[in-house]
Parts: sequence; structure tokens; C-alpha cells
Amino acid sequence: MLFSFENIQLHGVGGPRLAVRHLQIPADGMSVIVGPSGAGKSTLLRLCNRLEVADSGAIEFHGVDLNATPVLDLRRAVGMVFQEPVRFGGTVLDNLREADGLINDEAARMLLERVGLDGSFLSRLADELSGGEAQRMCIARALATGPELLLMDEPTSSLDPAATQLIEQQAIALTEAGMPVLWVTHDTAQMQRIASRVICLIDGAVAYEGPASGLFDSQEPEIVAFLAEQTS
Amino acid sequence: MNTADVTTLGLVASLLLVVVAIGLSATQRLGLEKDIVWATLRSLIQLLIVGAVLAFVIDPEQPLILSWGWVLAMVAFAGVVIRRRAPEVPGVLPLGMLAIGAASLVTLAVIFGLGVFPLEGRTLVPLAGMMVGNSMNATVLAARRVVDEFRENRPEVEARLALGQSGRLAGRRYLRTALRTALTPQIETTKAVGLVFLPGAMTGLILAGVDPVEAVRVQAAIMYLILGSVATTATVMTLGIGRRLFTDDHRLIRLLRS
Repeated sequence: MLFSFENIQLHGVGGPRLAVRHLQIPADGMSVIVGPSGAGKSTLLRLCNRLEVADSGAIEFHGVDLNATPVLDLRRAVGMVFQEPVRFGGTVLDNLREADGLINDEAARMLLERVGLDGSFLSRLADELSGGEAQRMCIARALATGPELLLMDEPTSSLDPAATQLIEQQAIALTEAGMPVLWVTHDTAQMQRIASRVICLIDGAVAYEGPASGLFDSQEPEIVAFLAEQTS
Repeated sequence: MNTADVTTLGLVASLLLVVVAIGLSATQRLGLEKDIVWATLRSLIQLLIVGAVLAFVIDPEQPLILSWGWVLAMVAFAGVVIRRRAPEVPGVLPLGMLAIGAASLVTLAVIFGLGVFPLEGRTLVPLAGMMVGNSMNATVLAARRVVDEFRENRPEVEARLALGQSGRLAGRRYLRTALRTALTPQIETTKAVGLVFLPGAMTGLILAGVDPVEAVRVQAAIMYLILGSVATTATVMTLGIGRRLFTDDHRLIRLLRS
């Protein structure tokens, strides 16, 4: 298993943000974490690279306590792409060098090709990229640390449909090349397009775990309400 | 020496200007008349008390340790003021006192160690007072700016942390920006001195009948003292807060709004 969560509790200011009794995420394919806003999807993702820490419970990474790996090494092994494309200053190459200070032009060009951008982008200013291009640069930047998996936190929520489709294709290509991806979304249509398995979070707890199609067969009232909200 | 002593009558006459302020408040219906009267009385009483205590403390007959005690009290009080003005900054009281304490040590060591001014109560207390007062403002500015920088740029900072950068590396550029912002006003003040305004010490010396050239020498030394102390306090404060904004496992803590 890639990640195992046991009895995870994480409290926020207004009460529990996450209460996961048992959850396992396999080391292949595209695991999609879906659920309404405020369900704890991003929090669950951020636990995986220790940008958040649970108040109690245990998380294992490849069967070993997550805390056993030095945190900076863990974050380089567990890449993350955020909701809004985060552009650092300077060129695209400068951005890639934030992840790998020693990267040369050729390696940088190859990274960009993995996300569908050509080498001419290396000298482009990050601030001048479109939203979709910037998000693909962010994926390339996350890949520059040589991670074994990617966490993607609603990476298309600020993008138009064409850019969304491109990012989805890139993520699927990564999984086909053997890199597991954990993708967070509140959009069940997107979930159906990309998921190889689904974890549905409602109010901080796992309400469903299984294939995407099974979510729609669920009779759980919270899931039915969430799906009804999506179609309304 | 042709001094400009203010007699008691002169002091009373200057209260006419307070009457002008009260009159403006009344005619514009600002409702500040009581506040103005209270502020005037309070400032006069405070200054009289301070003057009386200072006269004792800096008396050449008294041991210098009294003046050092006064300086320590100013540093402690500055820490309290900094905490009151920047409550959203984590650990601001000890950091503020450390920053101003460090600046006192550096600047007073230079000023007195190199003989710029003789080490006496009458030089130590006012110089330290000017240094602490200016440093306090810069420290508050630096502290608030650091927290604002990190709160505004949280997504960028976390994106850097997610790449495996340490808190120190991920926060470096934001600390630098905050420090520049905190130091710029003092640098601008230093540039404008003499052209845009005549600073307090120089004005006081000239009013007291000191030759303007001599007054300028004193003022220049004081300006450099303040610039050095502001730079030291702002740097210590910025770096200190920078460490406190990250947990040991390189997470950015939650930051409150000011």
C-alpha cells in the first residue's frame, strides 16, 4: 500500500476537520478523493506530505511510519500540485530550479515535454503564462524533485475546459507510466473521467471507497445528497 | 552663550496653541476637546516627573549604574509596547526585547567604545532613549510586515515547502522583503535630514545656543546611531520571527490577522 491511515483525527477551530478510521491507498493508478467543499479532501492530501499533521492516529507510507522519513526527503518523494498554479518569480527554468538547483537545460526541456510544453517555454516568464500553461509548469516543477507519486489538489479548478482536459490527460499519462496520483476534486464528472478508484469524504469521514461507478449506486443519504447537489 | 530658555510664563503662553487646537475641535464638532486637555495635562505631568527623576539619575554625582538601569527599563518598556502594537506576531515580547537589547549593545558599544560621546549619564540616557524609541517603531513595522508577507504569500511558501525546501529556505525571500520595507523609512529619513526637516536633537542644541556646526556634528552621530540600531533591531526581529513561523518539521504555522 502507498498510504495507510488508521484512526486519524484532526481538529480545527470549529470542531473535527478529519476523522478517518481506516483508509488504504494503493500504489498504482489514479485515486480520486471526492466530496463537497469543506469535507476534508485537501487536508487528507496535505497529511500525505506532512504540510498538515494529525492530532492522533497513524499514517504509514509503504508500510513504514510516515514520520520515520525525514520530512524534507518525504516531500521530495511525494510531489504536490496545488489548486491555483503557484508561479515563483523569473522564468520557467528559474521555477524548475527552485525544485532542482542543479537541473541543466536538457533535463529541464525533457521535464517540460512530459507535461506537453516545448523547450521554448524555458526562457518564458512564469508570470506571462496562461493558467493552463502555468499549471503544467507546476506539474513539471513537482516532477523535478523526482517524486514517486503526485498529490494533485483540485489542480483544474481555476482552468477552462480545454486546459482542464490537457491537465487530466497529463495526469493519466503519468499513472500509465507507473506514477500513482492522488487527485482531489469536488466534481463527480471529472472523477468519472479520470479515476481508477474513488474515496468519497463527507464531513471529514470516509463515506465511500471503491470504483467510481459504485459511488452512484450508494444509498447513503449524505452521498445521495452530495450527488444531487452536483446534478442540480 | 545665547540660550533660548523657556520661562514659566513662556510655557503658559505656549498653551495658547493648545487653546487653538481645542477651538478647532469645538468648531469642527470633533468632540476631542476633553482628550486634548487630558493629553496636554498628562504630557506636562509625565515630563515633569521624568525631568525630576532624570535630573537625579544623570546627576554626575550619582553612579553610572543608575543610568544603565534607566536604559534597561526603557528596553523592557519598549518590549511591552511592541507586544501591544503587534499582538498577532508570535513571541513578539521576548523577540522585541532581544532585538532592542542587541541593538543597544552594538550601537552603545560603538558610540561609547570609540569615544564618539563621553560615557556619562547625561549622554547615555538621552542617546539610548532616541535609539530605543526609533528602534521600537522599526521593530513593530518589521514584525507586522513579516507576518503580513507570510500570510499573503502562504500559497507560494507552501509550494516551496512541498518541493522539499526547508522553512528557512522557503521563507528567505519574504523575510528579505519585510526587512527592506522596515528599513526603508529610516533610510529615507536619513536622506531627507536637513533638507526636509531639522531633527530634534539638532533643533534642541541650536535653541540651547550651541554653534550650528557643532549641533550638526552631534546630530550626524545620532542619526548614524539610530540608523545602526534600527537596522540591528529590524534584522534581529525579522530573523527571529522567521524561525518562529515554521514548526520543527518545516510547516508554516497559522497566522492571525492584525
